[in-house]
Amino acid sequence: MAEEDDIILSELDDEELVQQMHDDLYDGLKDEIVESVNILLERGWVPYDVLTKALVEGMRIVGIDFRDGILFVPEVLLAANAMKAGMGVLKPLLAETGAPRLGTMVIGTVKGDIHDIGKNLVSMMMEGAGFEVYDLGINNPVENYLEAIETHKPDILGMSALLTTTMPYMKVVIDTMKEKGIRDDYVVLVGGAPLNEEFGKAIGADAYCRDAAVAVETAKSFMSRKHNQAAAAG
Amino acid sequence: MTNALVDLLAQRDWLLLDGATGTNLFEMGLMSGDAPELWNVDQPEKIRALHRSFVEAGSDVILTNSFGGSRYRLKLHHAEDRVFELNKRAAELAREVADEAGRKVIVAGSVGPTGEILEPVGSLSHADAVAAFEEQIAGLIAGGADVIWGETISSEEELRALAEAAAKQQAPLCATLSFDTAGRTMMGLTSRHYAEIAPGLAQRPIAIGANCGTGASDLLRTVLGITDASPDALVIAKANAGIPKYVDGHIHYDGTPELMADYACLARDAGARLIGGCCGTKPEHLRAMRAALEGHAAGARPSLDEIRAKLGDFSSASDGTEAGDEAGGEGRRRRRRG
Repeated sequence: MAEEDDIILSELDDEELVQQMHDDLYDGLKDEIVESVNILLERGWVPYDVLTKALVEGMRIVGIDFRDGILFVPEVLLAANAMKAGMGVLKPLLAETGAPRLGTMVIGTVKGDIHDIGKNLVSMMMEGAGFEVYDLGINNPVENYLEAIETHKPDILGMSALLTTTMPYMKVVIDTMKEKGIRDDYVVLVGGAPLNEEFGKAIGADAYCRDAAVAVETAKSFMSRKHNQAAAAG
Repeated sequence: MTNALVDLLAQRDWLLLDGATGTNLFEMGLMSGDAPELWNVDQPEKIRALHRSFVEAGSDVILTNSFGGSRYRLKLHHAEDRVFELNKRAAELAREVADEAGRKVIVAGSVGPTGEILEPVGSLSHADAVAAFEEQIAGLIAGGADVIWGETISSEEELRALAEAAAKQQAPLCATLSFDTAGRTMMGLTSRHYAEIAPGLAQRPIAIGANCGTGASDLLRTVLGITDASPDALVIAKANAGIPKYVDGHIHYDGTPELMADYACLARDAGARLIGGCCGTKPEHLRAMRAALEGHAAGARPSLDEIRAKLGDFSSASDGTEAGDEAGGEGRRRRRRG
């Protein structure tokens, strides 16, 4: 915009730069995000702080404005792409530096459903919050979920559906888990535009999460309960 | 442009559309996650029965069982090479029922979104989207559809691709968007914006409007937005019968026939001439809507307060059509570099 001076990212102090990153995420500016991530790392920030304070916090703001009808899917997708680019720089470093792991999640869109925007956002925000996430993609029959549960032994199973014709399939997955006697070994979170809390309860999920930010908060609270129970039992 | 739908609209003040396809097929045994379109070949009698139930309830327009009939949706069921066959069969089944109705019933060829996100935000090219829609439209027209009926569309790019495909196939078009996100489509389109761009589409739609979304109140707010921006447009209203709930192993929508009857009359007063129901709408809803419309003397445009009082509250305070509210919303912060 003409009335604004060019901002030189490397000339901003840490606080200004983090603010700018929030704005750049909001505007979906991928290259600027990568540049800023590198600047913070060069200044000696630990990767985990760059992730949480700059990227996750920025996406949290995007999530709020999406929830409030100020941003829509195209803007959120651009923001998510920018975050992904930043994560690309951080991921190998996070693995090296041993960032805290809150838990493990398997997530996927159910059979017959092609939509994955919401699921991808949850996946990204959960990773950002410190969960190890195994993303099964779209169109998953119950077998895929069972196999992934068996392989990855997650704490949490997440399912997503955007169509009224596919949302009942979540119950198929939960019922199959019950039959196999493994339902209670996992926290089951569900989400997607046509769902609501009552629906989540009726099909036997532990919680319905209306957006990615709620999914992260819900996952965290289930993990801390789990730890408390483990501590009490021990 | 002359065709059966335009002819019937010339004779009638309003037409009753049909009800839900997907949620009604569940009650007939469709398993969640399976493709309804495969039933056009595997369970044709059930598809005929569904159409017949709508016609008997008073529908003047029935939509074919082809919502997910594009190659991108059928790919999930390894049926992407059966697009023409499944769509042609969908239209034939509806045509058979329409032709035995004993009165004029229009067959509208349902075309839903590809499920892919188009360029520039997504990866599906305009050309590929047009080609996919053309393939589906060709099947529907070959099977005897009177008009192509785009539904639940959310992106302008996809709407433009659909209109271009209809133009290339020389198929008349109607198109409804789903305004399910704070009164806009999930891609951010407002009702006003849709009304403004519709006349300039490659194939100008006979009728424009809204389907699905979030409850009847929101949908009527959208109808008001469209008729306000484009008073001469022929407008479609196809609202869900309430909110989905899970009861006894089935998805149940909590909207009563009485509520849908009120909605139908309010839709008429708001300026819609093609009125029906989307998810959760059963023949009993349609029967109540037909009776209500037949006994309804056209009233004044309803205010938002009247709609709220009769049908319940809106899902969001605004729908983005207020002055200065366009283009990403006024709350949108902008602080770009250079």
